[in-house]
Amino acid sequence: MAATPFTINGKTSSVEAEPDTPLLWVVREQLKLTGTKFGCGSGLCGACTVHIDGKAVRSCQISVSKVAGRKVTTIEGLSTNGQHPLQKAWITEQVPQCGYCQSGQIMQAATLLATNKKPTREQIVAHMDGNICRCGTYPRIVRAIQRAAREA
Amino acid sequence: MTIQIKNGSLDTSISRRGFVSGAAGLTFAFTLGGIGHGGEALGATQPTKFNAWVSIAPDNTISIVCPAAEMGQGVYTSLPLMLAEELDADWSKVKTEFAPANPKVYGNPHDLFHGAQITAASVSVPGYFMPLRMAGAQARKVLLDAAAEKWNVPVAELTTDKSTIVHKKSGRKITYGEVVAFATVPAEPPKISEADLKKPAQFKLIGRKDIGRSDVPSKVNGSAKYGIDVQVPGMVYASVLQAPMEGAKAKDVNGADVMKMKGVAKVIPLPFGVAVIGDSVEATRAGVQALKVTWDTSGATAAGFDSDKAKDDYAAKAKDPNAETKVEYQVGDVKAGLTGAAKTVEAGYWSEYTYHAQMEPMNAVAQVSEDGKSADIWTGTQFSALAAQIISGILKTTPDQIRVHQQFLGGGYGRRLWPDAAIQATILSNITKKPVKLILTREEDIAAARPRPMTHHLMKAGIDAQGNVVGWHHRLVSENVDAVAAPPRFKATGGKDYIGARGLDQAFYAIPNALAEYVREDRGMRVHAWRGIGSGYNKFAAEAFLDEVAQVAGKDPLALRLELTKNKPRANAVINAVAEMSDFKRKRPGHGMGIAFADYHDTLSAGIAEISLDQKTGKITVHNYWIVTDPGLVIQPDHVHAQLESAVVYGLSAALIEQFAVKDGTVQATNFDSYPVMRMSEVPEIHTKILATNNPPSGMGEIGVVTVAPAIANAVFQLTGKRLRHLPMTADRVKKTLV
Repeated sequence: MAATPFTINGKTSSVEAEPDTPLLWVVREQLKLTGTKFGCGSGLCGACTVHIDGKAVRSCQISVSKVAGRKVTTIEGLSTNGQHPLQKAWITEQVPQCGYCQSGQIMQAATLLATNKKPTREQIVAHMDGNICRCGTYPRIVRAIQRAAREA
Repeated sequence: MTIQIKNGSLDTSISRRGFVSGAAGLTFAFTLGGIGHGGEALGATQPTKFNAWVSIAPDNTISIVCPAAEMGQGVYTSLPLMLAEELDADWSKVKTEFAPANPKVYGNPHDLFHGAQITAASVSVPGYFMPLRMAGAQARKVLLDAAAEKWNVPVAELTTDKSTIVHKKSGRKITYGEVVAFATVPAEPPKISEADLKKPAQFKLIGRKDIGRSDVPSKVNGSAKYGIDVQVPGMVYASVLQAPMEGAKAKDVNGADVMKMKGVAKVIPLPFGVAVIGDSVEATRAGVQALKVTWDTSGATAAGFDSDKAKDDYAAKAKDPNAETKVEYQVGDVKAGLTGAAKTVEAGYWSEYTYHAQMEPMNAVAQVSEDGKSADIWTGTQFSALAAQIISGILKTTPDQIRVHQQFLGGGYGRRLWPDAAIQATILSNITKKPVKLILTREEDIAAARPRPMTHHLMKAGIDAQGNVVGWHHRLVSENVDAVAAPPRFKATGGKDYIGARGLDQAFYAIPNALAEYVREDRGMRVHAWRGIGSGYNKFAAEAFLDEVAQVAGKDPLALRLELTKNKPRANAVINAVAEMSDFKRKRPGHGMGIAFADYHDTLSAGIAEISLDQKTGKITVHNYWIVTDPGLVIQPDHVHAQLESAVVYGLSAALIEQFAVKDGTVQATNFDSYPVMRMSEVPEIHTKILATNNPPSGMGEIGVVTVAPAIANAVFQLTGKRLRHLPMTADRVKKTLV
């Protein structure tokens, strides 16, 4: 066990965990930020996507020791009161169904809009293709990202 | 619009103990007559209790109970909405609560389930439509009577709107919350009949396009709680290496080695696998990955089963005139229809095993009481009553001692009907005497798959000299889903496979001589309900084969479907509508167009696929999918469109990509690399349309799946002249067909 200090949603945190513990489980079970989901454990589905220093990362694929001193953002910290343009667009377009993958989808999409204010449809698809939605809400995800880009 | 309650009149008696008046608000409790006594009910064994459907607080908050599981299909909103409609509630003040497992009160009265508390088959909305509206109307009547008495005016002079009672003559108004503060409970509750309910033209909430789903806001900020999100004090973690097949038992286990691993407390061999208990998710995951187990499969039916090698047996059974069959659908004389025909057509169709791939791996938190006679279970389940029943059997107690705390489901599609994770977590809690949080790895979730079965279909049709379809014979060979997923019903019906045989019938096509039957294979796989159930593969075979029949009859596939449905106006209408919407007859160079029609539990739909094909690789690209549905009365229009989009994607994935083979009884897939599902880049433009009719509402969760595969196969034929008769239509398989 070792203490790993990092910033989580703007607050400093230090958790006791084995250094090779995937960040996902530290976030979910120790920090109790359960909006980040476990889907595959192999970086294949995107359900566990968080931001590390502003970049979208699969939290099941990075050890907690690797985030020492870095800034981690989860869906709970993406905005105050769920007011990120993507979160608002997600509601307007009624995207989620079962909803399980949607935190990861939104976190993935947020890094696209952060660097590309007006992405084309092709750019959206290329950026989002690693995130599986088994409910097949893909058409609405695209519409919501386009809406957020328009309205942001 | 005519709507009947299938179980007779609604018993709207309210007992004194059913009401709670005072600061906490009024609670309206109802028992629904005739519910829970059906011979086929699975799990409807608990004693009758009064339970609330709706309660109103002095601050006007209205809590409405949702008796069904929310897995994305929208019942968390649509069911309370139906009650709120008749209550004339202020929708902005309505909150949804999940029902406990109690089928006597919360069971679905639909004919399919006879009061079992189960969320399946797209029948939550149709099943609960009348009882929930009755419950809302009765609550409203109680409020009106109380206000009339208080104001000393005739109740007929009162009207309601948005949780407010109005006496127009005197200009007085009072909110439901204010009534609650003084209302007393009538010993004799007001009787409600169908005549007391609103006419569709009076609906204020049902059918509104602008009412979103109540669960959506919590699903964009991470606050929605799923089974996997639950933590309870003092809990330990568990992961289970799942037995590779039903009946396999762990023989040799390297338990001592694994117990030395950091964070691992125990290794426990059990009849369903080998459990690793530990102090963290990652420790138990690592423990499961380090397990080395040899399995005794002598008691497992699936031992040695090879899904590819078995195909010869399936094909032989399809052709065996002496095979034992169950008849699903019969009109006229199929023998005469085929032997007397001018031309006959015959073809064999296949589909492979598919896995649900719900995004939330199976999990549960279980806490067995110290005396071992009761338990709390936190999980997302489509069948909480079954979980309570099975777990009560394990703990040798009664189902009412098992408190199932329903959570959101991270995908269901049929996978969360069987409560295997809840059962396993309970057993582990009972052994460890601690609360246990069990999470399956994705790999173990696949190993424990409860798949759609592999199927084979032998299709025969006869066409007379005028080109009419005069004979139709569909024989399905597959494992029987009811035998595994619904054993009591399977036994009660003498071996009928309700789930697997769905879609074999041809009730909407005017074919004078038709027989649809099935032959059972028993290979020991844990076959289960999978979105669209039997209709997924049976309609693939039937609707793709119908295009073969059209070709031999010299008819256009659209014209033949319109001809066959000419006496079924609703079916005819959806077919016409989708043809018009897609401009079906317009030729697209290099692209093919294919059509299919399907019904599913009273909902009708027709779909059209526009495809192109890479002749070199065999890869099909779907460019457009048009789909039209008639679900009767529409409760939430935008969500009907959403369900169609969702089901079409699920159907596309099944049609083009999804499959696993079985070797030695073991699923040959481990994660999303070896079991790929549809991603965003493969999704076509999906065009949806609703043809609402004045029929009772029918379900929307599955119908969109059904037409996709046959429409694609038919489109490929139009483009290439080649028939695709094997699901999924992967590039490899298509390439072989093209050669």
